[in-house]
This record gives sequence, structure tokens and C-alpha cells, in this order.
Amino acid sequence: MRVNFRQADSRSAPAKSAAKRVSKLIRGIGWGMVLAGQALAGEYHLTIAEKRVDIGGEPQTAILADDGLPGPTLHWREGEDVVLHIENRLSEPTSIHWHGIELPYRMDGVPGISFEGIAPGARFSYRFPVKQNGTYWYHGHSGMQEQQGLFGALIIESAQPQPAADRDYVVLLSDWPQADPYRTLARLKKQSDYYNFQKRTVGDFFADIERLGLRETLSDRLAWGEMRMDPTDLADVNGSTYRFLVNGRTPQMAQHFLFKPGERVRLRFINASAMTYFDVRMPGLTMQVIAADGQNLQPLNVNGFRIAVAETYDVIVQPQAERAYSIFAEAMDRSGYAHASLSPRADWLAPVPPPTPRTLLTMADMGGAHAGHAAQGDNHLEHAEHAEHAEYGGHASQAGENLEAAKPAAEHAAHAGHHHAAMPPEIPSYQTLDYRDLRAETATPLGKPDREIELRLTGDMRRYIWSFDDVKYADAEPIRVKLGEVVRFRYVNQTMMNHPIHIHGLWQYLDIGAGAYNPKKHVINVRPGTTAVVDVPADAVGEWAFHCHLLYHMDTGMFRKLIVEAPDRE
Amino acid sequence: MSNGYRIKAAAIGLLWLVPDCQAQDGHMLFNRFIAERLEYEGNGGLHLAKWDVQDWFGNDEHKLWLKTEGDYSADQGIFGRADLQVLYSRNVDSFWDFQIGARRAFEPERTFDAVIGFQGLAPYFFEVDSALFVTEKGNVLGRLTLSYDLLLSQRLILQPRIELNLAAADLQSRGVKAGVTEFEAGLRLRYEIEREFAPYLGVDYVEEQSLREHQHSVRAVAGFRFWY
Ligand SMILES: [Cu+2]
Repeated sequence: MRVNFRQADSRSAPAKSAAKRVSKLIRGIGWGMVLAGQALAGEYHLTIAEKRVDIGGEPQTAILADDGLPGPTLHWREGEDVVLHIENRLSEPTSIHWHGIELPYRMDGVPGISFEGIAPGARFSYRFPVKQNGTYWYHGHSGMQEQQGLFGALIIESAQPQPAADRDYVVLLSDWPQADPYRTLARLKKQSDYYNFQKRTVGDFFADIERLGLRETLSDRLAWGEMRMDPTDLADVNGSTYRFLVNGRTPQMAQHFLFKPGERVRLRFINASAMTYFDVRMPGLTMQVIAADGQNLQPLNVNGFRIAVAETYDVIVQPQAERAYSIFAEAMDRSGYAHASLSPRADWLAPVPPPTPRTLLTMADMGGAHAGHAAQGDNHLEHAEHAEHAEYGGHASQAGENLEAAKPAAEHAAHAGHHHAAMPPEIPSYQTLDYRDLRAETATPLGKPDREIELRLTGDMRRYIWSFDDVKYADAEPIRVKLGEVVRFRYVNQTMMNHPIHIHGLWQYLDIGAGAYNPKKHVINVRPGTTAVVDVPADAVGEWAFHCHLLYHMDTGMFRKLIVEAPDRE
Repeated sequence: MSNGYRIKAAAIGLLWLVPDCQAQDGHMLFNRFIAERLEYEGNGGLHLAKWDVQDWFGNDEHKLWLKTEGDYSADQGIFGRADLQVLYSRNVDSFWDFQIGARRAFEPERTFDAVIGFQGLAPYFFEVDSALFVTEKGNVLGRLTLSYDLLLSQRLILQPRIELNLAAADLQSRGVKAGVTEFEAGLRLRYEIEREFAPYLGVDYVEEQSLREHQHSVRAVAGFRFWY
């Protein structure tokens, strides 16, 4: 393995030069100056170059920042001015996008939208003030470089003192392809179900007849057949070609994080995948979600969560036992998993837990395709309840196989332990994370939306084209809004896939009916057949990228330019 | 088949061997070559090599589409059938392409037809390839191919397939009799070692009806499916 794997410990600085230590010292001294409103300057260098890496047993070309897969974890401090010098040693243009960061749009790093891109052999310096804190990430926005390894974590320390954790780790999840990403795309264009090796077979047909009866089985097959779609189509690209990584490591490479029993361990989950949603759990532990997409939340206890592509979740766990705990991130379609251990000793590794059963899409997930949803008023996330069941652990037909039931009883017992009592009692502790349970830590009163834009998430599965409003990016006009407006977007998912919708430079306040406590996110996952409503204050002038964060969806057309126009000067 | 044809076919093949190139913003160009059938077909008195090859090049909406089909009798050293279609293909729906172009038959007669047709995926996952051929004299012929993939496992696939060739009227010059001129019903069991490469075994029932003769036969087939 020639990849330079960096310490997962997020407290370790990316470069440990003397200069770095001095700058850290200066930053320490400058703490008071931050509060006094005087910004500090953090200067960072990243070199982007091609590198051969061997993850699947055969060396492949990767495009990496500072030779790391993932790239180095960058540590910034809220209030500082950062300067990031990027050197492009590739033979093709490159770019870095600072995902989830508020910045002048020219610094956002999307070639063709906000800047020219960084030419081969050239350098580019990003400069902007850091106005926020939390867990973020950065990634390439040129070609398929993100899929080829160009990404890393971005941790921004708060200007306000935060409750400290005893340990603080980055858990960066990613998918590593066995083929050139353009080849993957070409395969999808030629045969969109190329990677689906979990289709229903003749055997499943007879098993279903036994289970559901002939009539129901036939009507199910006919319904899917009529639409020419497949209920097992959960992920266009999946474990049949991907390796799933934690901080650049396969399960076999045994990534581990240390803890001492009783310690509060903060895990910063970042899904840096190009295409993969993960269902994350840590058998034996309750995870307290304290932040999503870098934004603090009212703590929420869960035993599992689904992390959409490009989302981040910060969780606190407090393992009590002197044993190794598994950090288990299954691909949503169960085609593979990423795995790491949280362990008191470096040589203790947690076993891989049994996988949760595969689930199928249901006709209700196709709901959006059959109209009527756009007109359902404020019933946001209409299918959320249903979808939770369908995708996360078993609808009626799979009763007894859901996430809960799959867990050993002993695990439940473990939760009855005293550490559990320390959690806020009003929050149910056995649940998977649901957007509807997210509450911002602090209130942000938003004005009434000035206007509403309905955006249908559309696709053509057969030809592998993804689009908004049935128009792919190549044929689309930009969306124009005015500075100062609050724009209400209504994302109507008319496809059978999940889409993580990302707006650069602006926040999306997800309307879950919590008023000023609606969570704000940089990525909103919209489940199949559902509608999500977000309010977006257009508070940053410029031209921004607005897209589905699934790389191959973005590339085939699920992308828009969003222009926030300054008011006319008279 | 003359060597000339072989060279031409090879040249066309090479022309379309251009790599998948991609342009910006979804105006991407792709090329797909698929040898749906490359097979040996035979029974006691019959030994045929058969091919059914298609290649398209283009973007989501517009494609240039080539199709060639035919059979060669090794023991007699003659081609039973060999033709090449060059079609412009326009996507008219998620699942359907409208195709228009020309067909050149090299065997058994050198003929030239105009072609229009639809190709795509019908509800319930039936692959459909249909075409109407209009001869120089205005006669109409038709071809319809239907196939279906039945998954025995993720890689073991049973494919029933039917091909019908039709003629609207008798065609003396080609020895064609009105009605069903050829009916083929086959069953192929393939194993996808890779998605792109799958050997198969199967059986074909073939019935031919012409002004000269009527014959039917059952044949064993062995071949492979290959695409890139
Ligand atoms: Cu998408």
C-alpha cells in the first residue's frame, strides 16, 4: 500500500512543520484577538497529483491531495482568514470545493460556475474569512476527481467554547471504484442496471408466491414490469464494483480508534462517497447526534442513522465496557460495508456485525411519479414515515427482519446500563435518525418565503439521464433569485432513487414544522416518491452550483446554476 | 461472402471502435457494440455460423445505429443470409428509439431497402426490435424480434426469443411468399462471466416458407454474447 494514510485523530495537524507549530502557538495567543474581532490568517498548501494506489488488489490511478486517500484533514478556526494555496500537478484541470462553507462565490471552486478552474501546472490561492464552525469536507469538483480520491475532512473549531469530548475522531466514509469513473458512467449509459447484482430471480418469484400468495406476487411483478423498473434498484453503482472505506481503509485494513471506558468520544462522520449512502450503527452503543452538516443540534439519541452522500453527522458515544466496538457502515443496498473498530487496545478489533437484510423499494416509493404530490400543501416529507420502514429495516412483508429485531437481545440489555440514564430521558433511545427529529440548537427566525420554486427531481433510468424538471443541465437556464430573498424550494422526487440535494454557498432550512428550530443543512436528502421543502435565504451574491451530490447524477444533468443577483443600483 | 465485404465490415467496425468520449454538460457521446449472438447452430444435417451484431454511436437523443445479421453454412461454403442496416436513431421516449435508414442485403440476393422501425423496451421488460423494409419496387417486408431475460440467478439467464419475418405480398425476384417467411423461436441459457461476456447454450426452432420450399427444423445452438 503506497497510499499515505494519515492519522485518523483529527487533532493531529495536517503538516507538522516547525512553522506549523509556531503558527499554532500564535493562534493560541491570538485567541483573544479573535474575540476582539481581529481575524487570524491560516495558510495552507495542498498539492494535487496523480498517484497509483492499490486497494482492490490491482494498482489504480488516484487523484489525491498531498498523496493522501483521503487528503489531509484541515483544521481551521472560526474567525480566521484562511489562505489555501493549491498546486495542480495533474495533466488536467483541477479544483477544490469547500463543501458547506460560506464564502465569496469566486472562492467556491466550481469550474465553469464560480471560477476558471486550476490549469495543469498552475496554482490557485483561495482566500476567505471563516464564518462558521463544525465538521465539513472538501473535494474536487472537476471531472470525476472526487471519485478518484480527491477529498478530505475539514474541521473548524468554534470561536465559542464547546463542550469538550475526551476523544475526537474523523470517520470519513467513501467508495472506491475498481474502474475508471468514466468507464463506470459509460457502462451505466449502455446498461443502466449494469451494477445491480441483487435483482429478483425466478427463485425469488416462487419464494414470494409461497410467502404472499400467487395473486399478490403476480400483481407486484406486473406493477414493476409495467413501469419497467426494478425494486432492487437502490444504488446505481454499488459494492459489485466499490470498496467501502473508513478514512481510506477497507474493512480488512482494520481502521481503529482508541478509547478508555467511560470516555466521551466524538465521531465526526463524513460521507465523502461519490454514490453511496451508508446505514451506520455501532452495536452496543447509543449514538448521540449533536450536529448535522456542521450545525449543532439539540442532542438526539439514535441507534443508527443513514448518512446521505455529502452529509456529515457528529455523534458522541460513551462506551463503558472494556471491549472493542464496531463502527459499521453498510451500503444502503447491502452490497458491502465499511468497518472500523473503536477499541481500548490497538490489537483488539471488533468483529463485523451481521448485515441487516436487504430491503426493496415499494410502489409507494414510486409515488412521486404518479403526480398529485406537488399539490399536497404543507405535508412535507410526505412519505417519510413509510420510507423509513421501506428502506430502513423492513416493511410488513419483511417483518421480524428489521434493524431492531436483527440486533441481539444482549445489546438491548447493554443499553439499560447506567450511562444510558445520563441521556435526556424524553428522547427515545431506540430509533434510527429521521430528519423530522432534527432540531437546531439555536433558533433562526426566518422571514416568510418571498417566493416558492418547485423543482421536480427527475430521471430517465433507461438512458441514465438525471435532471431537474425533466431538463438536464446542458439544456437548462439558470435559476435566478434576488439577494435578500427567502426562497422556498419544494423538491418533488419523481424518481425511485434518493437524491442528496446540495446548494453551494447558501443554507437550506429544512421545513419539518419546527419553526425557528428547523435544521439548516448543506445537503438535503430527498427520498424516493417524497417531497422535501426547504427555505433558502439568498444571502450571498454570486453564481452557485445547485445539484444532486450523486456524482453520476450530477454529471448526467441533475445540476443547475443558481444566480443570486444583487439589487440594481440606481 | 466476398473478401470485399469482410474488409468493409472490418472498416466499419474500426470506425466505430472510437473510445467513449465525453464532452461537457451532458452532451456526452458513447459507443456501444453488442454482438447479441455469435453462435454455431446445427443438427444432424445442418451446420451454420450465425451472427447478430449491433453498434450505436451517439448521445442520449441522436444515434447512428448499425445492425448486421446473417448466417454462413460452413460445410457448403455459402451464406444463407447477410445484411447490413445503417440507421439514424432518434430517441422518442425513455424506452423507445425511432429508427430510419437503409438495409443492404448481400446474400442471398443483392438488394437495397429503406428501413423504418422502433427499437426499445416494452412494458414487462420485453426487448423489442421491429422494422419495416420497403424494397426498391415498393414492396413491404417486416421483421419483429422479441426477447426476454429470465434470471435464474444473478448471472445465469434464460432468454426466450422470437423472431418473425413477414412479407406483405409475394416477391418473385426474392422468392418470397406473402405471410410469415421465417419464424424462429429460441431458448438460450447464458452465463454472464462478466456483464460484457456471456457464453450460452440453447435450442432454436426455425420455420422457413418461401415460394420454393417450406422447411422447419430444430437446432442446437452454442455461442456467446459480447458487448462493450
Ligand atoms: Cu440524484
